Amino acid sequence: MTERMMPMAKAINEGLRAALRNDPKVLLMGEDIGTLGGVFRVTEGLKAEFGENRVLDTPLAESGIVGTAIGLAMRGYRPVCEIQFDGFIYPGFDQITSQLAKLTYRHEGTQSFPVVIRVPYGGHIGAVEHHQESPEAYFAHTAGLRVVSPAAPNDGYWMIQQAIASNDPVLFFEPKSRYWQKGEVADDGVPAPLHQSRVVRTGTQVTLVGHGAMVSQLLQAAEVAAGEGTSVEVIDLRSLSPIDYAPILASVQKTGRLVVAQEAPGNVSVGSEIAATVAERAFYSLEAPVLRVSGFDTPFPPAKLEGVYLPDVDRILEAVDRALAY
Amino acid sequence: MSYTEATVQLLSPQGSLVESAATEEYLPFIAELDESRLLDFHRQMVVIRRFDIEAGNLQRQGQLALWIPSLGQEAAQVGSGYAARPQDHIFPAYREHVVGRIRGLDVMKIIELLRGLSHGGWNPAETGNFHLFTLVIGSQALHATGYAMGQRFDGVVGTGDPEVDQATLVYFGDGATSQGDVNEALVFAASYQTPQLFFLQNNHWAISVPVERQSRTPLYLRAAGFGVPSTQIDGNDVLASYAVSRKNLDAARAGEGPRFIEALTYRMGAHTTSDDPTKYREDEDVAYWSERDPISRYERYLRAKGVGEEFFRDVATEAEDLASDIRRRTLELGDPPASNMFRSVYTDAHPLIAEQAAWFAAYEAGFEEATS
Ligand SMILES: Cc1ncc(C[n+]2csc(CCOP(=O)(O)OP(=O)(O)O)c2C)c(N)n1
Ligand SMILES: [Mg+2]
Repeated sequence: MTERMMPMAKAINEGLRAALRNDPKVLLMGEDIGTLGGVFRVTEGLKAEFGENRVLDTPLAESGIVGTAIGLAMRGYRPVCEIQFDGFIYPGFDQITSQLAKLTYRHEGTQSFPVVIRVPYGGHIGAVEHHQESPEAYFAHTAGLRVVSPAAPNDGYWMIQQAIASNDPVLFFEPKSRYWQKGEVADDGVPAPLHQSRVVRTGTQVTLVGHGAMVSQLLQAAEVAAGEGTSVEVIDLRSLSPIDYAPILASVQKTGRLVVAQEAPGNVSVGSEIAATVAERAFYSLEAPVLRVSGFDTPFPPAKLEGVYLPDVDRILEAVDRALAY
Repeated sequence: MSYTEATVQLLSPQGSLVESAATEEYLPFIAELDESRLLDFHRQMVVIRRFDIEAGNLQRQGQLALWIPSLGQEAAQVGSGYAARPQDHIFPAYREHVVGRIRGLDVMKIIELLRGLSHGGWNPAETGNFHLFTLVIGSQALHATGYAMGQRFDGVVGTGDPEVDQATLVYFGDGATSQGDVNEALVFAASYQTPQLFFLQNNHWAISVPVERQSRTPLYLRAAGFGVPSTQIDGNDVLASYAVSRKNLDAARAGEGPRFIEALTYRMGAHTTSDDPTKYREDEDVAYWSERDPISRYERYLRAKGVGEEFFRDVATEAEDLASDIRRRTLELGDPPASNMFRSVYTDAHPLIAEQAAWFAAYEAGFEEATS
């Protein structure tokens, strides 16, 4: 197995390149993704390599991008749409939730809709309004969609290819604050299934679960906790719909304590769903209530306040302490 | 908004061909039609109107949740529907029953949809590329444009081979022209020069809202702002609908880019069976348009051409036969099994759906055990 160090943006770029090479039906569509290579450069060089009929600089209209991607999927293409920033997905919301998500059902399975929607999401970049949001719960709530989020470059490389290979629509949330962090990418070997959650650090006293950029915060918190004599297990969710509960339940059976963390607001969120499910299925293993650490139920605040809005290592450790206190 | 100087009409309300400088470019498309196709136009209009009335009755009798009549719009739909080639793709809104029928759809599928048995009900690959109805106003315009982008990328446009070249035909209403999706579809279509015909049926109403609320400008003129050539036609003239659609679909297939037709017609019935048009429109309006009825106009034309009584009798019989067939089949319909609910939510296996389907089956089985 060969491994290379690269940042996640580059890893996703290489994953997209591999998908474009392997299947002539794969198309990329989005605003500024061609000549510019995307505002985060995730599609850099792909238009030059594959041409303007495979990498489309589209008109500036999110509903138009998703709606035409649906038509292209009917024609046998596998479109990969880029939404430039999380907060700009809403003009495409109707086409995603009322059309893309429901068309397989409406066709009674005679037609598949293998459309991927890539969404750079989340905070930590000090940007203006609409550029730091975490809207994943809307889509996890919608039947017919799959929702995933890689936390590290290797997953970026493989999961984007798996998402494109999926015969169902996939919302692919890319934690933009992790775009520039390097990690090892395995060029070959067998990747983990797309919808599997994974233990990324083992421990015995408290289980921490999160996805995307939150995973690195959880790992840092676990490190600090270890210094204080607390053994923490960390699970990277990877898939938000469907959620792979087996590793979470196994971990809770061992630790008896669960803290779920996310940048998104906590009310009616992915974290709420995990808390409810674990309470239903591992009630007798729990030594403490499941605790949630989330963004507040406010709009994402102006950038100078994002540091207090976003859950950080201290807020995670505070929840760990509370869980241990039961 | 009614007929203007620009409105293309090939058949006068009296039923005679309009031969003028304005119609010259379209008349050859009519001249080349053989008689059986000319008769098909009439047959389809008459049969679908009878079907429509029967379905409305079935709704009144509690057999259907809703019916969406197309009364008055038969010519716009039949003409354009026949203008498409077999390899073309058609994206309807929800009122184009006869276009589906022309493409080979068993219209019973529409009955099933509106009875609440399905959300779609047919496979476009088996219905002459007639896609599913779309109830979210205007959404299908983008699907059609995306489909047509694919036709272009696939190189099935402008080859000059009539068996190979394809186009996409999309239907939408005057209300839909205010939707973002229709406007975005026009932007994308112009940008990618799709082989596509936008077919607007301006039936003058979006439920209770008159077309004047949607637009202060004749709708066909809007297309120019997108860089899409457009034509306004008399939508109650089946020959104009056919010939103008033919010309524009041919141009689209030849690689000349997207086109736009505004067909001026009128929704003679209610919006749906849930609607009460007496609350918002005047009888004089309806009377004006009933004088321009698409079927009687065309019948006058055919009779003047010498088509005999026997044909009209046969068509009436065919219409009655379809109506009674539809009634009989509707009364035989059962309910779908509950397990259908969990089918085809996804294409690939999905653990949550599998789990819920299994749970529900066990839950249901529990009742059976309790009662046995
Ligand atoms: C997005 C959306 N908004 C509202 C409705 C409810 N609705 C159904 S039909 C209709 C009027 C549509 O008018 P038009 O586009 O002119 O088509 P017509 O019904 O006249 O054929 C409305 C408002 C809907 N189906 N979709
Ligand atoms: Mg209308």
